[in-house]
Amino acid sequence: MDAFIELDGVRKVFDVRRRTGLLRRERHQVRAVDGISFRVPRGEMVGYIGPNGAGKSTTIKMLTGILTPSGGRLRVAGVDPSRDRTGLARRIGVVFGQRTTLWWDLPLRDSYGLVRRMYRVPEDRYRANLERCVELLDLGRLLDVPVRQLSLGQRMRGDIAAALLHDPEVLYLDEPTIGLDVVSKTKVREFLREVNAERGMTVLLTTHDLTDIEQLCKRVMVIDHGRLVYDGALDGLHAVGESERTLVVDLEHEMPPITGVPGARTVKVEGTRQWLAFPATHSAAPVVAAVAGRYPLVDLSVREPDIEEVIARMYAERPTP
Amino acid sequence: MADAAVRRWGEGLRCYGLIVGMWVRSTMAYRLSFLMMAAGNFAATALDFVAIAIMFSHVDVLGGFSLPEVAFLYGTTSTAFGIADLTLGNMDRLGRRVRDGTLDVLLTRPVPVLAQVAADRFALRRVGRLSQGVLLLAWSLTRLDVHWTPVTVALVPLMLVSGAVIFGAVFVAGAAFQFRADDASEIQNAFTYGGTTLLQYPPTVFATDLVRGVTFVVPLAFVNWLPALRVLGRDDPLRLPAWVDFASPLVALGCCAAAALAWRTGLRSYRSTGS
Ligand SMILES: Nc1ncnc2c1ncn2[C@@H]1O[C@H](COP(=O)(O)OP(=O)(O)OP(=O)(O)O)[C@@H](O)[C@H]1O
Ligand SMILES: [Mg+2]
Repeated sequence: MDAFIELDGVRKVFDVRRRTGLLRRERHQVRAVDGISFRVPRGEMVGYIGPNGAGKSTTIKMLTGILTPSGGRLRVAGVDPSRDRTGLARRIGVVFGQRTTLWWDLPLRDSYGLVRRMYRVPEDRYRANLERCVELLDLGRLLDVPVRQLSLGQRMRGDIAAALLHDPEVLYLDEPTIGLDVVSKTKVREFLREVNAERGMTVLLTTHDLTDIEQLCKRVMVIDHGRLVYDGALDGLHAVGESERTLVVDLEHEMPPITGVPGARTVKVEGTRQWLAFPATHSAAPVVAAVAGRYPLVDLSVREPDIEEVIARMYAERPTP
Repeated sequence: MADAAVRRWGEGLRCYGLIVGMWVRSTMAYRLSFLMMAAGNFAATALDFVAIAIMFSHVDVLGGFSLPEVAFLYGTTSTAFGIADLTLGNMDRLGRRVRDGTLDVLLTRPVPVLAQVAADRFALRRVGRLSQGVLLLAWSLTRLDVHWTPVTVALVPLMLVSGAVIFGAVFVAGAAFQFRADDASEIQNAFTYGGTTLLQYPPTVFATDLVRGVTFVVPLAFVNWLPALRVLGRDDPLRLPAWVDFASPLVALGCCAAAALAWRTGLRSYRSTGS
């Protein structure tokens, strides 16, 4: 498997100077990325998640060559991004969800024209790419509208298209669905799935919306305090995150909290309904059998753990170093 | 090596042109406001000269210089400065881009950052100042009572180009300091806007120490004072050797090298600190 993106013990330390008094300044170091290693093969779509300040954006900035790592080794398509930033720029597409690259006062089409000429995209490639983006992202009616008149979701779609007109080999997306409504999010996700499948484009995506990950990425990396705390399939997070499934039982009449079920504990009682939590790695059968054997059951159901809860618990479990 | 450098410069200039074109079209989205700004720019700078002209209604000479001679100094520095101001004057917005993080977007493009920053928010209204300088220069040339030789004729365009390059280098160097979030634009403005105001007057009206400072420390005297005095057939107050009057292009080159060094250092420090 040839790795397209390679990181070996990559670090980024920021020297922060803070004013503490009128003239006194205090210096301290922020380890934004603290020894991260991973590999992404060509054509894979990976989710990169973590709480605020975890180091996601910093990683993307190093991958694009905007920032030079403080240590470790980093290669994208065999190139060191900080040494050949402009050379690599032709081969990558970047979308920063929080800032637009479009021209505020000009029609959307003009921004695309600039991309074409700046990246020297051949006319036929440009036309084909634009057509495809317009179709998939539903930009047809927006092309001649000045960008300042577009809604946030429309502008984001416009930005994503702008990042793809020069046929990049890899696409970095830093929170591409931030602030979008459900319809726009769905459109963006469909589009990303499409370009990933169709062109074999490598995609690295950060987000705070786990639905993005669930719907797009087979593989997810979780970063916290600059360290990789999980790298693997989305399902595998449950085991790592010590997540719990929930057995919901309806009893014939109100009773005190259920006790004596091995491996499970009652977490909530509401009238005749009670909730029992047990590890996600356990089978539900013995728990159900134990309850049914001793209590008058009317109905029951098993709830799978919510991925958001799992991740929230993962974040919470790691204290600040 | 040299080939790569030439290609890089060519690419930079091409992209500068592309981005300037985008800004000009953006400006034209608000045509009326553009026309008013350009007129305002013209009028505001013209007032400077009106003040000088009024002075001449009371006295015949200023520091030993006649009105056409002062207009010549004024026109040369305003033209040189106007060119630099029009093409690079918006570089001091770099500080804002560093602080709000939008510089990152420029760094993801396959184009030299200098070209992108130089063209950023290109303000066509600045032709106001430039055209005012050109008009005054033209007027002074018709009124000047000097003996033109091929050498002095050649000195005029040479001094305009060198002067524009020197001011441009100051703009670039000033912007380079803004990579470190500290805002240095006030210092830079002192050299650029302050400098051109200084150079509008004959050097004889200033203290010798000041003249010495702008000759040897910040070489603004090479923008127009030294070559212009040669054209006007006068000796400079510092009594420098004659060849110095022709040194402006060399000084301009030196300024470019210093500015390029400052720029690269600034950019490198940004990329390792992030702000
Ligand atoms: N330019 C900078 N100078 C100093 N510290 C910085 C700089 N950029 C980031 N940091 C710090 O590095 C850490 C990681 O920041 P980063 O922006 O990578 O987080 P993130 O994972 O993208 O968070 P978010 O989800 O909020 O976008 C934070 O503690 C942040 O304060
Ligand atoms: Mg971020």
